[in-house]
Amino acid sequence: MNIQMMKRGFWALGAVFVLIGSIGWYDRLLNGHENANYGSLIPWGLWVAVYIFFIGLSAGSFLISTLVYVFGMKKFEPVGRLALFTALVTLGCALLSIWADLGFMFRFWHVYAYPNFQSPMAWMIWLYTTYFLLLAVETWYVLRRDMVVARDDSGWKAPVYRVLTFGTHKTSEESAQRDRKVVKVLAAIGIPVAIMFHGGVGTLFGVVAARPAWNSGLFPILFLLSALVSGGALLTLVSAIFQDGINRYGDTIVALGQLVVAMLMLDVLFQISEILITSYGSVPGHMAALKLMISGPYWWVFWVWQILIGTLIPLVILLAPTRRNPRWVAGAAGLIVVGFIGVRLNIVIPSLSVEEIKGLDDAIASVRVSTDYFPSLMEWLVTMFIVGVGMLLFGLGEKLLPREPEEAVTESPPPDQGVLSGVGASGGDDHVQA
Amino acid sequence: MTSRPPDFEVDPPGTGGDGQMSRRGLIATLMGGGAVALATAMAGGGAIDVLTAPAAYAESGAVTTKRRYGMVIDTRRCVGCKACVVACKQENKTPEGVNYNVVVEDTRESPDDRPLWLTKPCFQCEHPPCVKVCPVSATYKREQDGIVVIDYDRCIGCRYCITACPYGARYFDFGDDYAHAEDGEAWADVPSPEYGQYRQHEEGSSPVGNVRKCTFCLHLQDENGEYDKEAGRWPACAKTCTGKAIHFGDFNDPDSEVSQLLRERQAIRLKEELGTEPNVYYLL
Repeated sequence: MNIQMMKRGFWALGAVFVLIGSIGWYDRLLNGHENANYGSLIPWGLWVAVYIFFIGLSAGSFLISTLVYVFGMKKFEPVGRLALFTALVTLGCALLSIWADLGFMFRFWHVYAYPNFQSPMAWMIWLYTTYFLLLAVETWYVLRRDMVVARDDSGWKAPVYRVLTFGTHKTSEESAQRDRKVVKVLAAIGIPVAIMFHGGVGTLFGVVAARPAWNSGLFPILFLLSALVSGGALLTLVSAIFQDGINRYGDTIVALGQLVVAMLMLDVLFQISEILITSYGSVPGHMAALKLMISGPYWWVFWVWQILIGTLIPLVILLAPTRRNPRWVAGAAGLIVVGFIGVRLNIVIPSLSVEEIKGLDDAIASVRVSTDYFPSLMEWLVTMFIVGVGMLLFGLGEKLLPREPEEAVTESPPPDQGVLSGVGASGGDDHVQA
Repeated sequence: MTSRPPDFEVDPPGTGGDGQMSRRGLIATLMGGGAVALATAMAGGGAIDVLTAPAAYAESGAVTTKRRYGMVIDTRRCVGCKACVVACKQENKTPEGVNYNVVVEDTRESPDDRPLWLTKPCFQCEHPPCVKVCPVSATYKREQDGIVVIDYDRCIGCRYCITACPYGARYFDFGDDYAHAEDGEAWADVPSPEYGQYRQHEEGSSPVGNVRKCTFCLHLQDENGEYDKEAGRWPACAKTCTGKAIHFGDFNDPDSEVSQLLRERQAIRLKEELGTEPNVYYLL
């Protein structure tokens, strides 16, 4: 299958997801939450899991972009722009998902008008708003000069760039220097903001004393780690596919894979710690959610989805000699991304499906008061739409994002050679920008 | 004791164990409030009748007239008839899946165990975790009587408060309805008197899309914030209770039935370890 066909397939899939998924949005907008399957015992479902999944991808991929724009690591230079773009797109998907989850979608502005700063949720929203603005401005500065250059091209892209450049014309080296400085400052500010806001998402769950499985000081840290793992993995995958990264900068993909596997091992360590301490204490309230996760009706989400697909197989690929082959690395990264949806579901749902007062489920004969939850068709469709929108935006990005200047990318060895030459052997130091 | 869920950590009924910490704390608080009220009364020339002025000891040390409404529920009088659940539904017109009052039955391990039913309104906690987490301050504890309420027009329906409530007292209004309350049925045109707002239950407008909870039927209070049992202005569950198990009143009034019960009987509160300080006590 050639690359052109793959791209067409990607566009088609994105479009189909958006088309079919819009039925879900139609239902959601017309009937509110009536056709959702969550209730009052499990008040958060698929959309919240999808939200923390995407928001983790965004924070992780942004933090990796700072390796380029703050710490000047040449090795990751080729994926810097894509990292920022990925952070923007996934943030958009996350916000769409959590927006659909609100009881009153058009009251979201209340959080800006009447914030309660005792609430981690208010903090989170203010922080991701800051993060969004910062990210948008930084991305613009990163792309500005190339967009100015490209605005005079022929073809359909030129007018888009003309709008996006907001009337700047400078293409001089000084202007590029100034852009780099601005980007460095913005990215540096972005590091604490991204850590606070994603740590804040973990805090949002961590502070809930009523849910023992969430109420752990490890939660904010776990969220940050899993953001780096999943965001790094998505970046590895998209940089391998888009802009032909596998062939153009295979060694960067391999290096990203190493970064991801290091974070993944740290993440696993933290999770083991959490599970061990909980099981040793065996306090019933604390154990209940854990038991549900590992041996409840949805045990496979943990064992198959999270552990096998999301952790074990990628670990093997990224630690075995296959770690030096960009194709294998990209594949492992794909598995991690998919696996982390399972991780997110396991964070949200088992903790909620433990009754706060024993017997509530039996006391009220209503589907809304139930400890069982499986997302409804409408919920799946809404999520499908969001994934489709994300795919189309990536496709658009592939077309629109000015490519890294060719000089920035050295000839990378073909994949089969890469296995032999190893990570550093192909010479990341050669990535000198002209 | 093995038949009790972990939430019931108490002396077995009738053993006459030492007073619960919470009860002592409560009495200390009441006495502290009383002492300050007395001091103020004497300083002001004794114009204030300490016994009838429901004085509370606020954190600032000032005397306020705040009431502290709460319940004392005698599980030994509860027969599990669930009349309270029905009365609450009638009074507040809560739709399917929204329950301000629930009767939970403790699962008995053997048929010989004494059955235990637990009727459970909102506990109107002194330190409500639901209020703290609300991103838009839509839910808050009323200064005048300690009842935790929801501003339906402010609430965005994020449901964070539902996750934060340790007692399952909050319910999201999905817009579902009982068959007899669906469009075209007469019942559908009767608005809920909640908060004195008389809202219709319709898709797209509050309270559909909001989180809802028990308000101790505060729409039955008069303009002074007082209930009247004789006139029938009394929380529906307490008013209807067939076994007279649900006692309602003001904990800031030492002569109220609930204050007396707390003094005379052994009371517990659920999940004391969370520090929420519920204003609903259970007698076992």
